[in-house]
Amino acid sequence: MTATREGATRASAGTPAAAEKRGMNLTLRIWRQSNPSVKGKMVTYKVSDISPDMSFLEMLDVLNERLIMDGDDPVAFDHDCREGICGMCGVMINGQAHGPQQTTVCQLHMRSFKDGDSIDIEPWRASPFPVIKDLAVDRRAFDRIIQAGGYISVPTGTAPEAHSTPVPKKDSDAAFDAATCIGCGACVAACPNASSMLFTAAKVTHLGLMPQGQPERDDRVVNMVHQQDLEGFGGCTNIGECSASCPKGISMETISRLNHDLLGALRAGVRPKS
Amino acid sequence: MTVTDSVRRRTPKAAKTNSVFKKVVMAVSGILMLLFLIAHMIGNLHVFQGAESFNDYSQWLRSFGEPALPPRTLLTAIEVGLLVSVVAHMWAAISLWRQAKRARPQAYVTKKSVVQSYASRTMRWGGVIIGLFIVYHILDLTFGVANPDGTDSTPYDRLVASFQNPIATTVYVVTLILLGMHLRHGVWSATQTLGQSNRRRERTVNAFAVAFATLLIAGYLVVPAAVVFGLVD
Repeated sequence: MTATREGATRASAGTPAAAEKRGMNLTLRIWRQSNPSVKGKMVTYKVSDISPDMSFLEMLDVLNERLIMDGDDPVAFDHDCREGICGMCGVMINGQAHGPQQTTVCQLHMRSFKDGDSIDIEPWRASPFPVIKDLAVDRRAFDRIIQAGGYISVPTGTAPEAHSTPVPKKDSDAAFDAATCIGCGACVAACPNASSMLFTAAKVTHLGLMPQGQPERDDRVVNMVHQQDLEGFGGCTNIGECSASCPKGISMETISRLNHDLLGALRAGVRPKS
Repeated sequence: MTVTDSVRRRTPKAAKTNSVFKKVVMAVSGILMLLFLIAHMIGNLHVFQGAESFNDYSQWLRSFGEPALPPRTLLTAIEVGLLVSVVAHMWAAISLWRQAKRARPQAYVTKKSVVQSYASRTMRWGGVIIGLFIVYHILDLTFGVANPDGTDSTPYDRLVASFQNPIATTVYVVTLILLGMHLRHGVWSATQTLGQSNRRRERTVNAFAVAFATLLIAGYLVVPAAVVFGLVD
């Protein structure tokens, strides 16, 4: 790791002229962990000549290109669409999920930082999200929560006639707000309890408000909450960090709705199938 | 994926009790204690009607329903209810605390909170402090063993003696403010947990939580204030 650090510093020292022009010089402290079973640590890198118009991921790309040129191991991080809609990217930046703006890391731009800033970059930390390598974590726990929710009784095939199942505008809007959840995991990462409640609540709300989601509504909420407990997430204590860190701004209201549905279902005698 | 495997091994135990169930226990026991706090605060205000009224009220609580009911019926019922609530509240809190620890064994190097209120941040340790205070409070004013006037005194004497001691008064005031913050988050959290909040009500619930906690604690703090400023002696 020492070699890497020196290599990166040497490479950055080679372009002082461009840095003077407009780029920013930054000190990055990045969590490096080569595999799930070893202990990781924070390693310091310097990057220079970073354009304020770059996205945060592009800044990491610049660092990685240099690390590769120097024959070092690039920093592993998840990313895919880079348009803020897929939910793949996500790291803790200076202690905040997705950094200082309420958006995804790919939509965070370097203009949110100042020249000379020191930036701490860590992976999501929760035992159901084990680190795969560096900043990449395994979020399959979310997939299993979705799977536990089961199916909805919708006939497949040709698209149905649009007006065959009327949905009140208010419900449709609220369901759509919840459905914007991209499953990035920022809620878990930001939660002091490492609870996945906002994620599960968004999924429960999104289907629970639609007429198509009614037949399995009780089973769905009971099974999804049961699965999230099985995965080892913490319990929700209504602090609100999740909603404030959510790139899609999913509201705390969804959690109340989940609780309401869950208590109703448990009272009606619905039990998790496991 | 060793981490995942170790989580799997532990989960049957962790999942035996639904995490939302724990929160419901927390909310319901909290509401019961909150109802007691309202009654207790109103009862305390008897102090402004003088020593006799205050001591009579204390006696009335002990002899309520006599002779139809045995002595201390009402008081014992309240005491049992409160004890069950305190134990349930603590069980839920400790259980959720441990669940949170298990869920994040490796802490962040840097972690910033975005919206977390001071009230919600201090729920756990604040709760521990309030629990310890209740023990002292009972020893001081109910049994009198920790009271400057000792056990051979009337409730009114004990109250005045306690609040004439600057240390006891400071402990009382600080803990009560802590209790106010505990209630501010608690009222909001219980509303969420019992599924009674929504986007439209959120502001109202939070405003109510602040107003309620402030009023209740003000009702408690007028008593030591009256003793300190010599209105009650």
